[in-house]
Amino acid sequence: MIPGVSSATGGTSAVAVQPRRLSWQLAEVVEVVPETPRTRSLVLEVAGWKGHKAGQHVDIRLTAEDGYQAQRSYSIASAPEDERLVLTVERLEDGEVSPYLTDVLMAGDKLELRGPIGGYFAWEAKDGGPLLLVAGGSGVVPLMAMLRHRAAVSSDVPARLLYSSRSYEEIIYRKELERLVAQDGSLEVIHTLTRSRPKGWSSYHRRIDLKMLKEVGPPPAERLLAFICGPTPLVEGVATALVEIGHDTLYVKTERFGPTGGGG
Amino acid sequence: MSGGFFSRGFRGRRRPVEQGTQLPPGQYLVEGFPVLSAGPTPRTPLEEEWDFSIIGEVDEPRRWTWKEFQALPSEEITRDIHCVTKWSKLGTRWEGVSVDTLLEGVETAAEFVMAFCDGGYTTNMPLEEVIGGKAWVAYAYEGEPLEPEHGGPVRLLVPHLYFWKSAKWVRGLRLLNHDEPGFWESLGYHNHGDPWREQRYWGD
Repeated sequence: MIPGVSSATGGTSAVAVQPRRLSWQLAEVVEVVPETPRTRSLVLEVAGWKGHKAGQHVDIRLTAEDGYQAQRSYSIASAPEDERLVLTVERLEDGEVSPYLTDVLMAGDKLELRGPIGGYFAWEAKDGGPLLLVAGGSGVVPLMAMLRHRAAVSSDVPARLLYSSRSYEEIIYRKELERLVAQDGSLEVIHTLTRSRPKGWSSYHRRIDLKMLKEVGPPPAERLLAFICGPTPLVEGVATALVEIGHDTLYVKTERFGPTGGGG
Repeated sequence: MSGGFFSRGFRGRRRPVEQGTQLPPGQYLVEGFPVLSAGPTPRTPLEEEWDFSIIGEVDEPRRWTWKEFQALPSEEITRDIHCVTKWSKLGTRWEGVSVDTLLEGVETAAEFVMAFCDGGYTTNMPLEEVIGGKAWVAYAYEGEPLEPEHGGPVRLLVPHLYFWKSAKWVRGLRLLNHDEPGFWESLGYHNHGDPWREQRYWGD
């Protein structure tokens, strides 16, 4: 997944920061954690990591023995406050890079990366809220970094995550989200399942639509900060619906991905 | 870095077409057309509100309504495009108005240009990067009107630079005597963005 750039748009307030060269560095894989049948989290030790903002991503570069290289971008899942850098990667069946990361890579291996990249689709507790996070599938990864950051600094900015998954088994971070909600009265997590649902499922079971967003989100009178991440149809649909409901386009930030969009 | 480093067990997947085709460093081929934008897709009413303008350091601002813009001489363009998020797409077909046509008769000493768009997006380039048959304002893609999610009604097309320079929903060009960073250029992306020199981020 990646930050919007193919020719992006939207949003005006760019904050100038001092240029700093992004060099490739070697990270060590400390642990590979299975999240769902198709996703793994890579826990990385990165010597001299300069820190990141929740929502940013890194570039990964793989090199074959004959020198052939492939690069892709992956969102950072960990909070800036976490000791280790964590990436959560979804295995794309026809992918070149993701199957290597999810199936081949193991603890003790080295991985070349550079970052952090992307300063727009990012949130810090001081940016305030209320926050509306809308995720489709592994689009939840950069949003999870925001929720982890929010918890790490004990922020009480009201936050809601509306999270669309294909099935119960494919909900990434399900248990951690339950824990976060249990200990935090100002956080709500609302799931919707689009393909199959377990017996007794009482939450939404359809694609995210305008009606759902009206029910879940704060009214337009509240100036919310919205972050939407997922496949293009979901992002297009949700962003358009939020504007239709009356939210200010300036505060609706999007990030899109797909099998060809950068997850690789 | 990486002198001698390789990824244990990584072979890579070299598609046949990639072996015969030169891609900029770090890029891979896609067949689809990924959509990447930082915010909601704007939809400006064409007849009532839309216009395209040349402003800034010019003798006299120029402005075209949608109708006038469509009547300008257009060109068919077939080019490879390269997104900074690593995908490249070969032989994409566009139709649009050359920036040379738009600047015809404009008197200016400006050396830089800032494209501005619906939704507030901007991107900057040296003026010489968009003249001399190198840039267009495109309204059709593969023979069809350009879809909103891909930048319709019109987007800038500067295929020799990373695709974020090909601003979606472009509404005009502001000519400038000095360079200033646009949207992504302020947020860590390279000021120039030449894919063949892999100018992705600041300092590349």
